[in-house]
Amino acid sequence: MTERSEGTHRHSRVVVLGTGMHPWGKWGRSFLEYGVVAAREALHDARIAWTDVQYVVGADTIRNGYPGFVAGASYAQALGWTGARIASCYAACASGAQALDIARTRILAGLCDVALVVGADSTPKGFFKPVGGDRPDDPDWLRFRLLGATNPAYFGLYARRRMALYGSTPDDFAAVKVKNARAGSLNPMARYRKPVTAEEVLASPMVADPLRLMDICATSDGGAAVVLASEAYARRRGVRDLVFLSAVSTVTPTFPNTVLELPNFATDSCAAVPAPERPFRAAIAHAAYEEAGVGPEDLSLAEVYDLSTALELDWMEDLGLCPPGEADKLLREGDTALGGRLPVNPSGGLASFGEAIPAQAIAQLCELTTQLRGRAGARQVPSPRAALAANQGLFGHGSALITTR
Amino acid sequence: MTHAIEGWFAVDADGVFLLGTRCTACGTVCFPPRPGFCPNPRCEGEEMEVTRLPRRGRVWSYTNACYPPPAPFVTAEPYEPVTLAAVELDGAGIVVLGQVAGLTVDQLEVGMELELTSGPLADGPLVWMWRRAA
Repeated sequence: MTERSEGTHRHSRVVVLGTGMHPWGKWGRSFLEYGVVAAREALHDARIAWTDVQYVVGADTIRNGYPGFVAGASYAQALGWTGARIASCYAACASGAQALDIARTRILAGLCDVALVVGADSTPKGFFKPVGGDRPDDPDWLRFRLLGATNPAYFGLYARRRMALYGSTPDDFAAVKVKNARAGSLNPMARYRKPVTAEEVLASPMVADPLRLMDICATSDGGAAVVLASEAYARRRGVRDLVFLSAVSTVTPTFPNTVLELPNFATDSCAAVPAPERPFRAAIAHAAYEEAGVGPEDLSLAEVYDLSTALELDWMEDLGLCPPGEADKLLREGDTALGGRLPVNPSGGLASFGEAIPAQAIAQLCELTTQLRGRAGARQVPSPRAALAANQGLFGHGSALITTR
Repeated sequence: MTHAIEGWFAVDADGVFLLGTRCTACGTVCFPPRPGFCPNPRCEGEEMEVTRLPRRGRVWSYTNACYPPPAPFVTAEPYEPVTLAAVELDGAGIVVLGQVAGLTVDQLEVGMELELTSGPLADGPLVWMWRRAA
């Protein structure tokens, strides 16, 4: 590892003791069912009983009514009340990362030894929509009412901007999908398991110019869970080959945030205060690197927030995997494919999974852990030592994780 | 004519203007208008005056909605793709998103000059829109 900083928590570390997922897809069942399947799998993988868990955190889903708003309690009740400490949290796409952060922090504080973190979602068909009813004071409701600005519209804006700044082309975007679909075809948890060709991507219907249907991640049902434990607890149980959750970044933007973010109508103004040196996405990654005491050069793989194919390229630069404007080059040279120098989205990414919002950051941690344990089968990255996952939560929620061995 | 939202834009003989707020202490500008406290974390300003923002700017990026957006958007029948542009307002250091009137994505370019206008949503009320600068 790079000798850049000691990392924040050298002496007391948090271990990923077990991971579990429910396969992603459109199953039409309750989010609770997916979450419980994932949780039981994670407990089984960790070789502990549910009654051993001292703290349970649910990442919330706002589409599933009251049980979704109090996801922690919903999972705890479904698994059987044990008197464990509990939390539920919502932070849009960063909900899973924040749930992990809460559990990890509690372990680091010495308040518990072992915690279960669960996220799951069941989604309706089509675009994500605002919560129902007339809500004229909700910017999420207003962006649909006044502009018809769906999530893919924002992805389209980023993609067009990238084309103008760096000369990326629709062929480059299609190549991201081809790469991720190939990785996803090797992952039994992924929703889409079929390799695709660039021709198929470029022939799919346009959704938000320049992005086509196959450039944009679908909405999905799915669930993911992990068991986190203190290093001492893991060692007491005789676990070797530990994977550490070395950083969870939850930073907000720094004013003025000059990139248009969902669900906003405008950026902050940089007329009175200049834009920060490090834009929001880069700041999310930077905080994770600082906390873990590793840098981009130490990574063996990265799970990156590919809400759209084009956004994966933006994120690679924000993560410092290459200078601005050079992500396309890495992609074209195969560096980010399985078998390349630094595989990006070896799980298949959201391109292969789709969005199950409260589950996705936890699912990323499952992939990082599986890779670091050398258990990823056909999609295994050779001898990984450190890995990063990025997954921004809209409206100012940072989300990045780093795992190390 | 009814505005789709009150207090975010004005239409008069001089044209269409976005209404923002400006902090009297540090000069930070906001859109949509934000009363109360200045969003600049190093400013303690509490006096936000409503201000007309520059009517022109350059395209930061653009896209369209090839599929009808879901409610609460009201789509016209037959559906015509909505064009959207994010425009960096002249001298205000702020990028504002809006529908584009009279231009498709094929006619837009990053850096192109647009100006503010207004147009009706499918069910009638007016909203601010961007159009080719005169």
